Amino acid sequence: MINKMFLMILKQFIKKPFTNLFPLARIPDHLTAILKKVEAGEAKINTPLPTPEGFRGRISYDKGKCIGCRLCIRVCPANAISYIAEEKKIMVHIDRCCFCAQCTEICPVQCLSMSDEFLLSSFDRKKQVVAGSN
Amino acid sequence: MAEENKTYTIPIGPVHVGLKEPITAWLQVDGERIVDVRIRPGAIHRGIEYMARERNPIQVIYLAERICGICSFAHIVSFVRVVEDATGIPVPPRAKYIRTILLELERIHSHILWAGVACYTLGYDSAFNLGMLLREKVMDVLEAMTGNRVNYGVGTIGGVRRDITPKVAKAINEMLDYYNREFSYFYNVVTEDPIVKARMRNVGVLSKENAIRYCAVGPTARASGLRMDLRWSSPYEAYEDLEVEPVVPQDYLGKVHGDVFDRFFVRVMEVYQSLDIVKKCMDGLPDGPIMHESKPAKLLSLLKEAEGVGQSSIEAPRGDDTHAIKLTKGEENITWWKVRAPTYANAMSWPIMFKDQEIADAPLIINSIDPCISCMERMLVVDEKGSSTMTTKEELIKLCRDKTRRLMHR
Repeated sequence: MINKMFLMILKQFIKKPFTNLFPLARIPDHLTAILKKVEAGEAKINTPLPTPEGFRGRISYDKGKCIGCRLCIRVCPANAISYIAEEKKIMVHIDRCCFCAQCTEICPVQCLSMSDEFLLSSFDRKKQVVAGSN
Repeated sequence: MAEENKTYTIPIGPVHVGLKEPITAWLQVDGERIVDVRIRPGAIHRGIEYMARERNPIQVIYLAERICGICSFAHIVSFVRVVEDATGIPVPPRAKYIRTILLELERIHSHILWAGVACYTLGYDSAFNLGMLLREKVMDVLEAMTGNRVNYGVGTIGGVRRDITPKVAKAINEMLDYYNREFSYFYNVVTEDPIVKARMRNVGVLSKENAIRYCAVGPTARASGLRMDLRWSSPYEAYEDLEVEPVVPQDYLGKVHGDVFDRFFVRVMEVYQSLDIVKKCMDGLPDGPIMHESKPAKLLSLLKEAEGVGQSSIEAPRGDDTHAIKLTKGEENITWWKVRAPTYANAMSWPIMFKDQEIADAPLIINSIDPCISCMERMLVVDEKGSSTMTTKEELIKLCRDKTRRLMHR
């Protein structure tokens, strides 16, 4: 049966894939094993594409700059920011964050910013908290 | 032969492979023929309006966005418009145009997604893949413009948060060329296929009279021949400067059937219309600021001092999206917020569409109004004893008055 759809499918044989490629062509038998192999340099995966301009990823926080004004807590839609009263600093819970970047806009000293990091899932809950370095 | 008229009850849902979201349809069938239908929503109520009451308007923007994943920007625009209506915050013209462009881009991706899924429901998977391929381009443009593929998070009270840079403008113009070149393939492949036509023609018919009686909105109403489109009848944002005519099948095909094919046709033609609107907006994009108040802290104190009720209706990809809000002076959180998503109006006409159809057509008919169940469910009655009861009008009024009395004595 030759109709228009058939011609379209034939055309797609010679075209490049339109969407982004998966990391691997097939599902591996063991996911962590293949990731270890990639780290050791024995296997190769398709690297993720670069993030677009203006991408909102994991929040980074400059603790030294923060003045503890608590404006970010007032605008956070997901209640992802908690206040540490002793230090007069904040703590961002990434597992609750909805990546709206409203806190980075309201911050009067620009101590919060959005990074490009997006692979955030982890078994360790302590990694899901951004509390600044110093 | 004594039980000649015996019917059987078949449930579709609450969770079913033919449905994207949970809703129950109890079908009364006589053989393969559907005799009667009862639609029973209530499986995915999320209490969003209640959650909004402990948040300030800036926080609720992102809550409103999560009412629906497909028409998220329509819900944002509707929400920020009610706040602007209640507080009297003006919107700069450039922000109005950017909002319009984003709304139309969202309509394009929603309609192409629906058209693809309709083909998938029929079992025409190659057309589904073609639709998904076409949708990828508009998703790329949205990603370049806002940084996200869904839930863009760019609307704010009194403007938008992201500007159209020359790079984005280039991407949009490329997208317009791409669709004008490629989209007709998809349309021809589907509409010229005799099997697709046989599956969609005269299936799930909603006549013009019934569309009026059951208050159908959006593409569902337009496919029944009703000339109604909020962009045309009560223009908002930049639609005031543009001339948008409602797409009705009689203008193109000469005759209205009000069936699934007409709903497909209307959505495909609206994609072309949206491309045209985006082009006009890009040509006439005014210069100027994109926000009325660029400092969110000032905006927050402005909103705290506001008092009033706001209302707004806009044309979301599925129909009229209505929001209403009340703000009280001195209180940071919003007092109440009400949302009516288009599916709520369209779901009323389901039983009419189901009459005398086959069971095999049921998933297609359910999908044909582009349902978004989790948008629609705004109210849930929970009985503590766990039994189901019917409430009469008098009882409801009594309940309503009791609540007022309770509030008075508090």
